[in-house]
Amino acid sequence: MKNTAVSTVVKKPGILGRSYTAFILFFLYAPIFILITFSFNSTRSRSVWTGFTLDWYRSLFLDSSIMNAFYTTLIVAVISAIVATIAGTFAAVGFHSMRRRWRTPLMHINNIPMMNADIATGVSLSLLFISLGMVLRFRLGFGTLLLAHITFNIPYVVLSIMPKLRQLDNNLVDAACDLGCTWIKAFWKVIVPEIMPGIINGLIIAFTLSIDDFVISYFTAGGNVMTLPMQIFAMTRRRISPEINALSTILFLTVLALLIVINIRESKQEEKLHRGEDSRDR
Amino acid sequence: MKPKYFSIPYIVWMGIFVVAPIFFVVVYAFTTADGYPTLQNFAAMSRFTPVFIRSFLLAFISTVICILIGYPVAYILSREGKRVQRLMIMLIVLPMWMNFLLRTYAWMSILENTGLLNRFLAFLGLPALNIINTPTAVVIGMVYNFLPFMILPVYSVIVKIDRSLFEAAQDLGANNFSVFRKVVFPMSLPGVLSGIMMVFVPAVSTFVITQLLGGGMVMMLGDLIEMQFLGTAYNPQLGSAIALVMMFIVIVFMYFVNRFGQSDEKAVGA
Amino acid sequence: MKRILIVTLVFCLLLPAAVFAVGCSRGEGAAGVVNVHNWGEYIDESIFRIFERETGIKVNYSTFETNEALYSLMRRGGANIDVIIPSDYMIARMIEEDMLAELDFSNIPNFSLIDERYKGLGYDPGDKFSVAYMTGTVGLIYNSSKISEQIGSWSALFDSSYSGQILMFDNPRDAFGIALKYLGYSLNTVNETEILEAYDLLAAQRPILQAYVMDQIFDKLESGEAWIGPYYAGDFLVMQENNPDLRFARPVEGTNYFVDAMCIPSAAANKTNAEIFINFMASTEIALMNMEYIMYASANFEAAEIFAEELDPDDYSVMFASYDVLANSEVYAHLPRNILELYDELWVELKR
Repeated sequence: MKNTAVSTVVKKPGILGRSYTAFILFFLYAPIFILITFSFNSTRSRSVWTGFTLDWYRSLFLDSSIMNAFYTTLIVAVISAIVATIAGTFAAVGFHSMRRRWRTPLMHINNIPMMNADIATGVSLSLLFISLGMVLRFRLGFGTLLLAHITFNIPYVVLSIMPKLRQLDNNLVDAACDLGCTWIKAFWKVIVPEIMPGIINGLIIAFTLSIDDFVISYFTAGGNVMTLPMQIFAMTRRRISPEINALSTILFLTVLALLIVINIRESKQEEKLHRGEDSRDR
Repeated sequence: MKPKYFSIPYIVWMGIFVVAPIFFVVVYAFTTADGYPTLQNFAAMSRFTPVFIRSFLLAFISTVICILIGYPVAYILSREGKRVQRLMIMLIVLPMWMNFLLRTYAWMSILENTGLLNRFLAFLGLPALNIINTPTAVVIGMVYNFLPFMILPVYSVIVKIDRSLFEAAQDLGANNFSVFRKVVFPMSLPGVLSGIMMVFVPAVSTFVITQLLGGGMVMMLGDLIEMQFLGTAYNPQLGSAIALVMMFIVIVFMYFVNRFGQSDEKAVGA
Repeated sequence: MKRILIVTLVFCLLLPAAVFAVGCSRGEGAAGVVNVHNWGEYIDESIFRIFERETGIKVNYSTFETNEALYSLMRRGGANIDVIIPSDYMIARMIEEDMLAELDFSNIPNFSLIDERYKGLGYDPGDKFSVAYMTGTVGLIYNSSKISEQIGSWSALFDSSYSGQILMFDNPRDAFGIALKYLGYSLNTVNETEILEAYDLLAAQRPILQAYVMDQIFDKLESGEAWIGPYYAGDFLVMQENNPDLRFARPVEGTNYFVDAMCIPSAAANKTNAEIFINFMASTEIALMNMEYIMYASANFEAAEIFAEELDPDDYSVMFASYDVLANSEVYAHLPRNILELYDELWVELKR
């Protein structure tokens, strides 16, 4: 593995290249800063500045439908990420120990929810739930929403664990078995610790995907349950309120803070691990 | 107990929640509302040809723009120092963590007739632009939302290209441009291909961006499907048929994109 | 080892069941819940707290955008809903398709407060399935600072001098209704040639439209983003508070007069709670609160009288015009299936 250190022949980008990247970053951030600015605007206008206020933040926290949606989103994200991570870990270990003849088609099926358009996944799951619901007498709601989230989360967990399993030294497991470990013990004592970074990575991916999903939730949640993205969509379909801007600001700052914390931690860890360590998979 | 059995629960799960739903889409697509087999859902589809054409055209345009804008960013980034690279990647990922509905909504405030862009133009004494509720607005929304999906895979491939190849090429007399054309670009194609997948598929099936920025005037496949399931025309059978055809065309498209990519790689290898 | 395998398997297979149990038991108070599904911007949400305090029944509130979207949701079994507030023609359709439950009026004594004019109407002739909530008319709302002419006809929506500034209903029934009225036909025509003529008119209107909207119209008219659009009289009064330049016009060709009524889906799980809620909504005090908030005319005659006394005469004429004083205006009727399918087909055709 080559590292990315700049070799002598590759010149660093010039002023032109750098201003181009700066422009693209401006393109990516300008809308967000506009949202943030107008969350403090004293009237509903989204383009004329009329004065500073914090009223929209206050009314945001008093808005019970937004807060309910927020809790629903959080509960669904936590449960679905945990379940998907457990299921995905077992599935990945299982797939890994299969012969290629079986593994390849199963991995293809595993990849379907990732490759497919969200709307197709949403529609197909909703048809399944509606049909099952008619037989088993249940309706779309929190349960179907959660099942849908688990379903689209597992493939990402599997995918983030598989590379770790490939790196895993099979001799370790064999050695453990030779020393009288049962397979289950070997699984807990040898495999799981080795693939832990992949598991954690999968958990984080699953959690963020679940928090962010709109399309699949929209088709599988039914009319009673609303996640935050669904609530935002409903808000944009109605009289638009700067509460949306206030919400954006809070979310943006939360994510920014999280990323900074993660980044600082990572760079500290990297310093601790000395430089020769493999850093292929982040 | 052998470890390969660990995956049995998930295989059952996939059977129920991944394979069966697709089976349901197929069944719905080929039945009437009363449950009789039929082909009429597909026969009725020719009416939607303009929607299909518009969806694929706008998604195609957005994907091309994403490549044109995003590739240079990835390339320039890959030549920066490691610290800068890391920071820039974080900056590119950060907006993706904010809900995409909110980001699209931000563009509403910018592009509206009385929005910020037009106010700015008026301030400069320039004529107003009518962008909101047009296909242009939808393309802008798609490029904005999906651009990071193009930059990141391309970047991650370019950054792994073995630098000694550049040296070798330069030793053989290639100038910077031909190093790029003959070495970097062909080797970065896998990244471009996965970028295309990650941009094109969500773009062709979006209904959120069209509804926020298109004002109900720019209908795409996503809107059409949503309308059959949740909207003003309840017809899940027809909706399933449309979704099925959409998936089929996407798969065919992707197959050819991949074929093209592979043959190119081979040409380079030869 | 087999045990662990079996345990895992059972766990994963039972998970869906467990999930449903969690989902179902979530958030139920002692006296249970009532799931209310209503139009957006169509209720004073603070009444929920009063209801919860009075009865101990928790309200789960959600909204729909069009009658057709509500119908889609119910047909696909999309939700646990106990109270819905569809419009007249949709109630007729739902009754015909057995989607509504007969109400137990012993739980709804406030039905006696409903104005006789809103009882026994065509969509529910026996008053078995619905309790009228609000009524109103559709009219043209326009910005007088942008449009100096006096508007009095639907023709303004098809006038290319307002190109790019016109909004239109984003649902087939209302959009076609306007076109049909403008052409001098009935809203409820079953004559396919007339409907196709309306379609041609709408197709010709499309290029000069700014957008198809429902509640987004509030924002667009108030901010001056668009100049003119058709919407409900009550909503006009709310918009005018935010932008005094807005004017309301009732087109000479006649318009749609509607009654929205509270119903209970036949699949409702909390029917008694739903009836208690409907009774609560029909009470004078709550009707007044809702009326003040949304500015539609309540079907509760006491509330309407009290409210009318304190109302500005101009606002009164906008709000309380009833269909017997409105020449040519009609209530939507439930149409035969083939016409509904034609509507759906033409609507997609129009928007493609």
